[in-house]
Amino acid sequence: MANGILVVGEVRGGVLKGTTKEIVTAANTLSQAGGGPVSLALLGDDAAAATNLARSLPVANVLVARHPALAQYSSQAFAAALQAVLSACGARLVLFGATAMGRDLSARAAARCDASLFTDCTEISLAGGNLRVKRPVYSGKVYVELESTAAIQMASIRPNVFPPATGSGSAEVIEVEATIDAAGIRGRVKEVVQTADGAKDLTESEIIVSGGRSLKSADNFAILKALAEVLGATVGASRAAVDAGYVPHSMQVGQTGKVVNPKLYIAVGISGAIQHLVGMRTSKVIVAINKDANAPIFQKADYGIAGDLFEIVPKLTEEFRTLLGTHA
Amino acid sequence: MKIVVLLKSVPDTESKIRIAGDGTSIDGQGLKYIMNPYDEFAVEEGLRIKERLKDDTTVVVVAMGPDRVVDVLRTALAMGADDAVHVGDPAFEGGDAQANARVLAEVVRPLNADLVLGGKQGIDTDSAQTCAALAEYLDLPQALIVNELTVADDHKSVIARRRVEGGDELVAMTLPALVTAEKGLNEPRYASLPGIMKAKKKEIRKVTLADLPLKPGQVGAAGSKSKVIRYHNLPDRPAVKMIAGDAGQQAKELARLLREEAKVI
Amino acid sequence: MSRRLHGEVQTIKEGIVQFTLTDEQRLIQQTAREFADNEVAPVADRHDREGKFPLELIKKLGRMGFLGMLIPEAYGGTAVGNLCLVLALEELNRVCASTGVTVSVHNSLVSAPIVHWGSEAIKRKYLPRLATGELLSAYALSEPGSGSDAAGLVTGAVRDGNDYVLNGTKNFITTGAEADVAIVMARTDPSHKTRGITAFVLERDMKGYVVGKKEDKLGLRASSTVQLVFEDLRVPASQILGGEGMGFKIAMHTLDGGRIGIAAQAVGIAQACLDASIKYAEEREAFQQPIGKFQAIQWKLADMATRIEAARFLVYNAARLKDAGQPHGKEAAMAKLFASETANDAARDAVQIHGGAGYLEDFPVERHFRDARITEIYEGTSEIQRLVIARHLLKNLS
Repeated sequence: MANGILVVGEVRGGVLKGTTKEIVTAANTLSQAGGGPVSLALLGDDAAAATNLARSLPVANVLVARHPALAQYSSQAFAAALQAVLSACGARLVLFGATAMGRDLSARAAARCDASLFTDCTEISLAGGNLRVKRPVYSGKVYVELESTAAIQMASIRPNVFPPATGSGSAEVIEVEATIDAAGIRGRVKEVVQTADGAKDLTESEIIVSGGRSLKSADNFAILKALAEVLGATVGASRAAVDAGYVPHSMQVGQTGKVVNPKLYIAVGISGAIQHLVGMRTSKVIVAINKDANAPIFQKADYGIAGDLFEIVPKLTEEFRTLLGTHA
Repeated sequence: MKIVVLLKSVPDTESKIRIAGDGTSIDGQGLKYIMNPYDEFAVEEGLRIKERLKDDTTVVVVAMGPDRVVDVLRTALAMGADDAVHVGDPAFEGGDAQANARVLAEVVRPLNADLVLGGKQGIDTDSAQTCAALAEYLDLPQALIVNELTVADDHKSVIARRRVEGGDELVAMTLPALVTAEKGLNEPRYASLPGIMKAKKKEIRKVTLADLPLKPGQVGAAGSKSKVIRYHNLPDRPAVKMIAGDAGQQAKELARLLREEAKVI
Repeated sequence: MSRRLHGEVQTIKEGIVQFTLTDEQRLIQQTAREFADNEVAPVADRHDREGKFPLELIKKLGRMGFLGMLIPEAYGGTAVGNLCLVLALEELNRVCASTGVTVSVHNSLVSAPIVHWGSEAIKRKYLPRLATGELLSAYALSEPGSGSDAAGLVTGAVRDGNDYVLNGTKNFITTGAEADVAIVMARTDPSHKTRGITAFVLERDMKGYVVGKKEDKLGLRASSTVQLVFEDLRVPASQILGGEGMGFKIAMHTLDGGRIGIAAQAVGIAQACLDASIKYAEEREAFQQPIGKFQAIQWKLADMATRIEAARFLVYNAARLKDAGQPHGKEAAMAKLFASETANDAARDAVQIHGGAGYLEDFPVERHFRDARITEIYEGTSEIQRLVIARHLLKNLS
């Protein structure tokens, strides 16, 4: 029976995404459990530009598919290309990062290849040769453990769960012929518009400093920004702060905002309503700073300070500035 | 234009989710069901396009599941949808995303939709697969997690805007196409009382397996490619470590703990 | 005229007793609940604190049809009836009693009597715009010298040609500051106490219509309560509802409907108290456990919930009877009496369950406590309700 694990690489602007390196790590854990060799797929000329970096990663080979129809991303063309790559390498297991592109492509490709698909997984393993995963459901209130019974088994993995793979190897590069019915491709990415602040996306951030309604004004968020700068963090917010107009919705963490998974989440002036918690509860370490010692957030935090954020946060910024030797 | 909107009935966000005895299912007792919140944006978008086009555009809402899904169909009709289809059959139960999409494809195909709309994910399974699988089976281009949708003047194509890491992607598609809605696509309307009364007269068509060109082995649990091993509750965190002292002492101690104990800085 | 909606068996209520509602009734309740939770709840505390009338919310409710629930379709309403109205009112009042009373008065005390007694011309002139909320409204019966003794009113309306000239002061008028239209009871015949009263439809633009002093109240602070002063206000006879001398009858009949609305308000406020108390009992800890584990708290909650359920059924019963065109005066009085006392007891217990926190602005129960109080007073005091009920019981004595 053919085996092997295919990692679907993602490249933006010619750079291999950090998430792809994380998925390579994930693939290697499956490989070590008997899943077979790990291949990395690069679809399209854009992706092919990252071949050299890709082949240095701990993979058996890098499969590159080129085709004019892959010039811009489209679910249809890329799913067809992936199907071709999959046939070429004979892998049974396919892994994606649960990124915007990963979510789009995995769902389409799984249907096309008649494969099972588990999305946004936080744990993966093999059980009797089959993919077994753990993933959040009901907005993260509960986790479900699933096992695939399909011939081809796919999964997308939440960013920041696995550490990025590093390597200095030199994997083989294999060019794959992809037959794509270009005329049938009726949708494609026209352009990517950079967002105004070009800030690192919350969902990919390692450290997040988040503010709630207690910040009292848009201007006061500068206090959090200062701390974030020192820590190399991204600033997020609770729904209350967004609704009050202090910050835009793109910064919202929570059920109706973004789900984040940083290694450190600092909640400043956030009470900890369930809707916010579901957006950050898988954070490795949670710190809460709130005037109200009874705020629910303290029940979910690892470290807590009951006090005035306007006094504490600037002092914290100073402490880290000294500790890390960073200067504004 | 013919617009088809896919709806799901899900437990409401306030519900406490309890794992049933043997751990392989969720306890359905006492759960309140609502229209999947993301589907509200999809219905609203369909209605807005209909209002903007001012022609003979119709909005058909389709929901799959047991009898309780009729409630969400009625709500959508009260918002202003024209027709509703309830896809229900015990054979469909327990289906994974693709098994369900397979059924929906056979229901939607004869409707000859120009635009298929859905919510980005159901807040129960959070898997975000069904609509994309449906697009594949119907050979439709797709744009998922869309926060802005523009229909071209000739009504033959659309441009969908969606957030990706670090920016917004603009996806151009010729119709027919499929779009899933993200929060912020629009502001869903409430049903109005006149709308609720008008909806009374609208019929909800029922579709069962017998009405579709599918075999029992292709649908529901029989047509699925995975199984639930068990559900898990979230692991308990150890109790919070409250840091004492004045502001200066607290800041100093927190910084130290994060650096030396938690090792996250 | 209200349409009767036929029921299919459908369970919608969680809790001790289940009730049968039609799809439409359930949808109306659901829509009101969503609107209340999403739009009204986030601003209710602030409006209360600032004494700010929720104009935008009322207008939105109008556009959704909640201000035309007792107006026939021919005049722009939906005529869904009193049961639907109380379902909606309970949801709105659960979140903001000021918003709730505005909707209640507009439907029951103004729209309903215009529908029932207005001439075709009056109905065409006002109902369509009342139905959408383009016009807001008030009901003016009480005066500084007459509350419970409604027939003791002295605002005079003197006939002069085809007009009447009104002089007098009305007080405690809900939505008085924002109302575009008001139903005003005035004395056209000083020689007959009850049969000398006439109901007029006045407009705020009429010369001599003065919006007077705004009251600073204990509760319902986002609802404006004002004095209306009429100074030689000239109004055509065509603005009379029913006919000269019918005002008291109209007032009493109208209040029967209005008190069902206030009873629904009381149920809503009581439910809010129960919801807040359960939440607090689950979260607050004392002696190392949630206070909900203590019998003292449990018994309070059990009693609260039971009485709210009973009150709810009295309200539904009165509403159904009214929709069926059956006599409902006794039932409406029973509902209002029982529900308002339940709301006040629930509010008191809710504050007690919250302890010191219940005394703070941070928690909603202090607002419910203040809002509940008026339900035992306006639209007929509890004392009046008891008299009304007794009169029905002791028919042989009158």
